[in-house]
Amino acid sequence: MNKKMLSLPYLFWCAAFILIPLAMVFYYGFTDKTGAFTLENILAIATPEHFKALRISILLSLIATVVCLLLAYPLAMILARMEVNTHSFIVLIFILPMWMNFLLRTMAWQTLLEKNGVINSVLSFLHLPSLNLINTPGAIILGMVYNFLPFMVLPIYNSLTKIDQNVINAARDLGANSVHTFFKITLPLSLPGVISGITMVFVPALTTFVISTLLGGSKILLIGNVIEQEFTQTGNWHLGSGLSMVLMLFIIVNMILSAIFDKEGEANAL
Amino acid sequence: MKDVLVNLEHISKSYDGQLILDDLNLYIRENEFLTLLGPSGCGKTTTLRILGGFEQPDTGRVVFGNQDITNLPPNKRQLNTVFQKYALFTHMTIAENIAFGLKIKNKSKSYIQDKIKYALKLVNLDGYENRMPDSLSGGQQQRIAIARAIVNEPKLLLLDEPLGALDLKLRQDMQYELIRLKNELGITFIYVTHDQEEALTMSDTIVVMNQGYIQQIGSPERIYNEPENAFVADFIGDSNIIGATMIRDRLVEILGARFDCVDEGFGENKPVDVVIRPEDVELTAPEEGIINGVVTHLIFKGVHYEMEVQANGFEWLVHSTRMFPVGTPVGIKVDPFNIQIMNKPESEDEEAAKTNE
Repeated sequence: MNKKMLSLPYLFWCAAFILIPLAMVFYYGFTDKTGAFTLENILAIATPEHFKALRISILLSLIATVVCLLLAYPLAMILARMEVNTHSFIVLIFILPMWMNFLLRTMAWQTLLEKNGVINSVLSFLHLPSLNLINTPGAIILGMVYNFLPFMVLPIYNSLTKIDQNVINAARDLGANSVHTFFKITLPLSLPGVISGITMVFVPALTTFVISTLLGGSKILLIGNVIEQEFTQTGNWHLGSGLSMVLMLFIIVNMILSAIFDKEGEANAL
Repeated sequence: MKDVLVNLEHISKSYDGQLILDDLNLYIRENEFLTLLGPSGCGKTTTLRILGGFEQPDTGRVVFGNQDITNLPPNKRQLNTVFQKYALFTHMTIAENIAFGLKIKNKSKSYIQDKIKYALKLVNLDGYENRMPDSLSGGQQQRIAIARAIVNEPKLLLLDEPLGALDLKLRQDMQYELIRLKNELGITFIYVTHDQEEALTMSDTIVVMNQGYIQQIGSPERIYNEPENAFVADFIGDSNIIGATMIRDRLVEILGARFDCVDEGFGENKPVDVVIRPEDVELTAPEEGIINGVVTHLIFKGVHYEMEVQANGFEWLVHSTRMFPVGTPVGIKVDPFNIQIMNKPESEDEEAAKTNE
């Protein structure tokens, strides 16, 4: 009884800031301005501009996720093989930027990539032609990879450290060379971590509007930007909620997929 | 005399400046069940890992047959290892686990199928092909680990405390299984354990190790009955180890009393250690013993009674089927054949030093 009482503040928090807002999103999503039931807001995703935004969002977050995976896996392997003392230091280096504000970090990239930013200043100083870096899909992908890379490294690292070294030794002992051992043993056993990492990068990348605003300069509209504009500029909460629900569907599908694969809860290991 | 299969020559190994193995020399004969026995940190597991190829010795070489395999990676060695915690591939079925080594060797499907059937039969787990390792008990997983190793028909099977995680009854059953397997397969076994009973039960040869040195090599009977130093006597079974003086050949003075013995060649009036196994101490009526004492402790152990007898300032450990209640005055007698005389180590270092060449 006492223990249940302790959870009351949390339950109140959940209700006030998760359940009620969620209910409101559903309410707005399924109604029009007069308050009558409609599916229009949801079907609005099929209009060319919205669909284009969704498509490019999915494309960019997929690319960012793949880049994160390719960078993170070797890194996690190196970390997992290190001595305890050195690796906690390296892990710290990776987590350290996460303590800094996400906006600040992304704005720092803005300063670096700008037309008259740090990189182009260095290039012009060296008498090289300046590059058009900012406001490109590449800049958005860079921002996504930079911000979400730790979320890929840590679950993979966690699942790799859980593999008993003797299991690797056993594979070698049975005649497998190191390449074969990696693809038959290490990779399959680290799959839960890979799946969590993919979820933890893909979901925030899909929904971001800050990265695309700061590094895409509102030239490239992601679905996150579209929704944000419906709420803050157009003031059409009904359409914004409807589109949010479509996006939610993608996230839920992704979560279900990762829950099926990630039975050991690598995502919670953070 | 069987042929020598593996030769470890002058192997030394240290970690972080700490010497684990110091100039170890050991040969293993074909079809032998050899056990490396010792307390943790004695270097037995390191020796096994060097044999398996998971560690490189700092100096010395490993010769397998006629081939120097010191620098050969594990996957190129004609031996297989059964690991302490089974180390099964949890994402594969039992059949896939067993087939792992054979698939790498590109054996035909039918050959692999036959081998899986044969191996599962051998370890009494027929019909387990499609189970996952996690659904098996510890003992079953261990038998799968053995099956996975032996289907590759290694010349040498290394076993790293494979029964350590099992409970007592299962461990005893598995000991008999291992002896049976070894006899059926004709493979050479090298077995690492800290459990002296396991070593005595299964081995043809026991190598007792301590602090990186081999203390004694011999058959289980020899190791038990004729330990060469106090460490071996103390590590293998219970024993009374008493400082004594060798008066002359065949006569030793223990705690002020003279006992006949059968050892010769230690010199005259030389300080020695004697080992007397608790089951070799005979309790008699006080007037019939060589020294007299009083029973101070009594515990019933099932097969025998364990008693402690205070006599001439020493607490004698006695195992006997005859019970003497606490407080009974008794005499102590020992058959001359049951007194084992050992040279006293001159320093602690020498106690750890190599005594057998």
